[in-house]
Amino acid sequence: MSRIKELFQNKKDILSIYYSAGYPNLNDTVPILEALEESGADIVEIGIPFSDPLADGPTIQKSGEKALENGMSLKVLFEQLANVRSKVKMPIVLMGYLNTVHKYGMEAFAKKCNEVGVDGVILPDLPFQEYLDVYKPTFDANGVSNIFLITPQTPEERIKLIDANTNGFIYMVSSASVTGAKKGLSDEQLAYFERVKSLGLQNPSLIGFGISDKESFETTCKYAEGAIIGSGFVKMLGEVSDLKKDINTYIKSIKA
Amino acid sequence: MSSKYNVDEKGMYGQFGGAYIPEMLQPNIDKLKSVYLDVINTPEFSKKYVKLLKDYVGRPTPLYYAERLSEKYKTNVYLKREDLNHTGAHKINNSLGQILLAQELGKTRIIAETGAGQHGVATATACALMGMDCVIYMGALDIERQAPNVARMKMLGAKVVAAESGNQTLKDATNEALRDWICNPEDTFYIIGSVVGPHPYPDIVARFQSVISEETKTQLKEKTGSEYPDYVVACVGGGSNASGSFYNFLDDEQVKLVAVEASGLGIDSGETAATIALGDIGIIHGSKTFLIQDDDGQIIEPYSISAGLDYPGIGPQHAHLKDTDRAIFLDATDQEALDMALEVTRLEGIIPAMESAHAFVALNKMEFKPEDTVVITLSGRGDKDMSTYMDRFSL
Repeated sequence: MSRIKELFQNKKDILSIYYSAGYPNLNDTVPILEALEESGADIVEIGIPFSDPLADGPTIQKSGEKALENGMSLKVLFEQLANVRSKVKMPIVLMGYLNTVHKYGMEAFAKKCNEVGVDGVILPDLPFQEYLDVYKPTFDANGVSNIFLITPQTPEERIKLIDANTNGFIYMVSSASVTGAKKGLSDEQLAYFERVKSLGLQNPSLIGFGISDKESFETTCKYAEGAIIGSGFVKMLGEVSDLKKDINTYIKSIKA
Repeated sequence: MSSKYNVDEKGMYGQFGGAYIPEMLQPNIDKLKSVYLDVINTPEFSKKYVKLLKDYVGRPTPLYYAERLSEKYKTNVYLKREDLNHTGAHKINNSLGQILLAQELGKTRIIAETGAGQHGVATATACALMGMDCVIYMGALDIERQAPNVARMKMLGAKVVAAESGNQTLKDATNEALRDWICNPEDTFYIIGSVVGPHPYPDIVARFQSVISEETKTQLKEKTGSEYPDYVVACVGGGSNASGSFYNFLDDEQVKLVAVEASGLGIDSGETAATIALGDIGIIHGSKTFLIQDDDGQIIEPYSISAGLDYPGIGPQHAHLKDTDRAIFLDATDQEALDMALEVTRLEGIIPAMESAHAFVALNKMEFKPEDTVVITLSGRGDKDMSTYMDRFSL
């Protein structure tokens, strides 16, 4: 059974943490991962830095820019992750924009993910239809789950199509926004969470964008299997003094 | 027009184009895709648009036989005078078309990106005319470099927002505009200024610019008896004036299409915007096309003296025209373009925009016969470039 599937079968109130590979320092990628596992995060999304991150707000943009300055690239990331499975057991998802992966080669990317033990990938600008028509068999053959985003504007039919053709989780974008843009959850958003919950999807869902503290985390856990925190965590990383201790404090402040 | 050089039902130009966008943009793009042809093909829409082009923009623009240039290059050079449009360039053709489309879709707020400021000014103008809210994204560095156009936009009532991300130029302004649209999907329409972005934008912009080649055909027929020139030449950054100049000649294979890109300080200088010469296939701003990138797929910031040509990608249709050898792609350095800007000014009494000056470099790089008819699109006037010209020509 895949690590992602196992996680959702055995645990509730899943906390997923996003950060950019190679930030704040080039070689922090794996130490952050280890600290996250130790402090109780359940799943991790490692961002592949890209020069033109369309869906990201200023915090994550800046972390990506810094990572690129530090020398991060998809190749370097895979080198850093080469022995990661001897260090951490939690599911690892890579999140990045299509151009870097396209340049690396989609098949080589899927194989490499499998080889180092990456469980899933999120490519927000990969068209779902193209994934179905062209790339799905490659990712399936390598045991890598593709995770797709849905938003409050995504039609029900499309949600069902995505659900039927993926096997990781559904990434519910909480509102029309880029990452880190909005704080707090409105009634409108809660109604959207409720609507998706009532669809009875086969895949679990995680809610992301705008989740940044214990309160919003706990609220989203009532509607979905858990939530994703990105900008809030990345902001903390930018001010970190003791990586292990600060990450532990941060995670405990969300999920006691 | 159905042509093998135009977009297919999947939104592709051969292997290029498509809509590589995050889910947050999907509903707006899907909506636009499903209605744009129906809307712009209605007689009412067409009537409104044509009236604006005629009475407000001042179309048709002249097709001018450039006698002294023709004499010098021993061929027949015609200039399609887009520089005589209201606001000084071809950009207004598209901004007016798209703002009418935005109104049909019930949108109340307009956003746009701009590099040199020409598309920003055209869009701010259209918004002032229609009484719509207007936000223009412009790289922080470009805001510094293009102060007169920033002032024009502000005077027209637009809010000019500095894009502080990346290298703070056109590419980053486009990212910021797309991010704005992600955050404001309901009331906002994004008027893209070139034949770039996710489908259907490249097709929408090409259609609104196609008036250039439509008029050229009619005017050339009147002047020469034939509607077919031997060559159509245009500069290309994203490629909107080239797209409009080529559009009605795409299937007339006897008409050779020539696109001139900006090579900045030279193709191998590292300071260039020659996408076709240097780029390989990738995804930028929602479209699969040629782009300048490094081995890791990071997009490289381009350089050209002309702010309107320094885009690291190129419209997907142009990538397809390259791939199929339908168009000839040339490149011109800053210096070559500057030399031609001065030559055109002295021979014809027309100060061209820095962008348009690149197109004229084709006269030096190609062999034209005395009997050839060569149409060059003079996409904009040089007023905005006077500080560059003053500096480079010690005026």
